Amino acid sequence: MMDLEMLTELFRVPFITGLLLTVVITLTGAWLRLREEWLAGLGLPHIAAAGGVLGTLIGLPVTLSAFLATGAAAGVKTLAGKASNNHFALMLILGWGAALMLAANSYQGEMIGEGLLRGQIYFSTLNHLYGVLGLGLLVLCSFSWLNRRLLVQQFFPDHHSANQIASWPHELLFAVILVSAVVLGTLSLGALPAFALFFVPSWVAFGLAAGWKQGLILSLIIGISAYIAAFLLAILLDQPFGPTLTLLLSAVCLLRLIPAR
Amino acid sequence: MTPGRGQQPLVTFAAVRAGYRQAVVGPVSFQVMPGEILGLSGANGAGKSTLLNALTGVARVFSGKIHRSPGLSVSHHRQRPVLPPELPLTGGELLRLMNAHHQDQPERLQPLLDKPLAKFSGGQFQFLQACACIGSQSDLIILDEPTNNLDGHAIHSLSGLLAALAPHRGVLLVSHEQAFLQDHCSRVIDIPLSDWSYQTP
Repeated sequence: MMDLEMLTELFRVPFITGLLLTVVITLTGAWLRLREEWLAGLGLPHIAAAGGVLGTLIGLPVTLSAFLATGAAAGVKTLAGKASNNHFALMLILGWGAALMLAANSYQGEMIGEGLLRGQIYFSTLNHLYGVLGLGLLVLCSFSWLNRRLLVQQFFPDHHSANQIASWPHELLFAVILVSAVVLGTLSLGALPAFALFFVPSWVAFGLAAGWKQGLILSLIIGISAYIAAFLLAILLDQPFGPTLTLLLSAVCLLRLIPAR
Repeated sequence: MTPGRGQQPLVTFAAVRAGYRQAVVGPVSFQVMPGEILGLSGANGAGKSTLLNALTGVARVFSGKIHRSPGLSVSHHRQRPVLPPELPLTGGELLRLMNAHHQDQPERLQPLLDKPLAKFSGGQFQFLQACACIGSQSDLIILDEPTNNLDGHAIHSLSGLLAALAPHRGVLLVSHEQAFLQDHCSRVIDIPLSDWSYQTP
């Protein structure tokens, strides 16, 4: 009984941090898929990892340097116009190479790099949780407005400009949510497990759902279920969390075999 | 529809030359009045769609001026709207994005309202997009080749929607189908091919 209490105490913050992150990342993944930018979920986390490793080498906090690197990449993407998955593939190659090259030249960098690429959810602190709570609140408050704006932009691309409505507020908000989700996701879950949450739930859900709202709800159900199952299985079977989550989400992809409604 | 007398134009093109990296059409001048369906005709590459894009802010105005009536709201049905490969949006959800009411839609569209867009044919999606723009209640409706890929029944339904428009609304219609233009437009303006129309946008 003591053991259970101790375990609960020990894992409470990491569990809640990861759960809230799962909600935000899954929703953001659905929006990325809507915008045909789903590879951003893999490209940007690697830039965040490279930024985090660079931070350790130049004496900046990992979170700050990861934010700066990811924000800069997202900023360049925005300034360059509409990004395609080709650009995010380039970010992936660059981020992966830079993270490992920088890590190879410093012991501390190597440790951090490993952590960022594989995930270190059990080391999530209250500061991470507060960051994720703030992000979750931002998504909750802006969801309806942002969701509608992004849908209109996809299906009626010049609707906002035709009506002299500025697009930058929703573009900026989406970029802030994406960058924050990427950085916090990479720091807590790891680059690849975060990508699995960006990618799999919406991919599976969009193939099964018969409506946008239904697609979002199904994405959340898949993401949250996989996260909770992975968290429990990793502890009970004494396995690393990141690979457990990615393998579970890979298994969820079998649902794609069900004929669409 | 007949133009309202004594009213301000919804939009005025005054000697507009428009294009992307360089002007490909113009100078062109015209007005769209409330209650009017103004047709634009012309050869392929004359720059009809570019003029529409200049109004929606996608193309650049190199000279001349586009005057909009204050608070003008616009809906734009683009030529060849892209059907996304796998998004679970239904026809009804797409209509709601434009604040178009289900009950005002033609009977032909009703069976499509609960259907995911991924299962639409190209013609069905084209028809849905046109209905969403017309049903949006915007002051000015821009329709760029709305009859592309549509069968006779859908074109007939589209005609019904245009005929039933409220008198405060106007339409700017581009079509290569002369009969459709003649049947629905209060006026038709021919956009001539200019030297720069041959330049790549």
